[in-house]
Amino acid sequence: MRGKKQNVRLWAVAFWLIVWQLAAVALHAAYPHGALLLPSPVSSLARLWTLASTAVFWRAIGTSSMHILGGFLLSCALAVVLAALSARFSRVEELLAPLVAAVKTVPVASFIILALIWLSSRTLPLFIAALMVFPPVYLNVLEGIRRTDASLLEMARVFRVPFSRTLRGVYLPQVLPYFRSAVSAALGLCWKAGTAAEVIALSSGSIGEKLYNAKIYFQTADLFAWTAAIVLISAAFEKLFLLLVDKIAERMGA
Amino acid sequence: MELRVEHLCKRYGENAVLDDISFTARIGVTRLLGPSGIGKTTLLRVLLGLETPDSGTVNGDKFRWTAVFQENRLLEGLDAEGNLRFVLGANYNAAAAQALLEELGLGDVGKKKVRDYSGGMQRRLALARALLAPSDALALDEPFTGLDAENREAAMRAILRAAETKIVILSTHEELPIPVLCQIIEL
Repeated sequence: MRGKKQNVRLWAVAFWLIVWQLAAVALHAAYPHGALLLPSPVSSLARLWTLASTAVFWRAIGTSSMHILGGFLLSCALAVVLAALSARFSRVEELLAPLVAAVKTVPVASFIILALIWLSSRTLPLFIAALMVFPPVYLNVLEGIRRTDASLLEMARVFRVPFSRTLRGVYLPQVLPYFRSAVSAALGLCWKAGTAAEVIALSSGSIGEKLYNAKIYFQTADLFAWTAAIVLISAAFEKLFLLLVDKIAERMGA
Repeated sequence: MELRVEHLCKRYGENAVLDDISFTARIGVTRLLGPSGIGKTTLLRVLLGLETPDSGTVNGDKFRWTAVFQENRLLEGLDAEGNLRFVLGANYNAAAAQALLEELGLGDVGKKKVRDYSGGMQRRLALARALLAPSDALALDEPFTGLDAENREAAMRAILRAAETKIVILSTHEELPIPVLCQIIEL
């Protein structure tokens, strides 16, 4: 398995950074509080650097990571188990189909506000992150199981290969590419929705709370710095997780 | 140990693929003869329990089978050892596997993945897998496909050795690489 084609070019990133810097400079020159409307990339980066040297920053990163990655991992596990059950029992698939369709179509904000009534501010981001991951992982893994080479399963049956070995030798190598593509799509979504849930729930000590405070106190540079932190962590976790999946796939012979 | 096939019939729609086939196979080679499309593969699939006959009986489920299928059906992302370990599990014997692979001309494949093998190499590995896996009956569907004369002969010798203790049902439309005393079932 190979990663997705690299579409983001360094020159294009540089171009938009320059546009951002010029816009910030122009706003700053036009209005006395221009920096509140749009901080420059340099000041955002400087703020990120300052924040990164505080314990509060790393605590917030840790808290949000626990919320969002916890939801992600729990959801992945549940989605894989339910996809396997759906592949085996059509009634399970029928039962889950409306639920999956609802999660895919209902706006995440509706779920967040509804879940806020039921759940504490600590568990809400975990729940929302899990909710975002479930449909793509469930549907892709189900598709992967369905597309497993029937002739290899027949071979395993004739040779009386135990299920555990068939799972490792036939199912996993064939399902992992589907799982990988689902995870790749879901991880970014998971961070976006999870952080939104933290903002709305005012989850104590989280990145979402810091974003909310930045808005309340007009700390626009902080807002950009925290946003950059989210993007960086999300990208780093995606790379790490996909690297792990690729290593497993390679060992399994995918 | 007798494999008994009695009045076996199998149709696909209007097409009667197997029409009242009966025979008994004992330890040794039983060769299925007949032109392409006559039903040799279907018969092997019925023996392996992968197809249900429309009528007739077969006691194939009494045996532990291994097979060379019409296609190689190998785990292409794995090497030879990975493929053999997949079917053999704890029964994998490195020395026996290496000896047979060498006999079949696959002694130097090392860690090369099966997807990088030639068609003939894949066929020989599929045969090695069937010969090494524990069984009392073998179903071999065109096992010499893609093999040159030398490798066909080596493959036949390995099959004959297995046939000393096992029932071997061999389907091939080609002439056998070496003269073999065997029962012939014409379809």
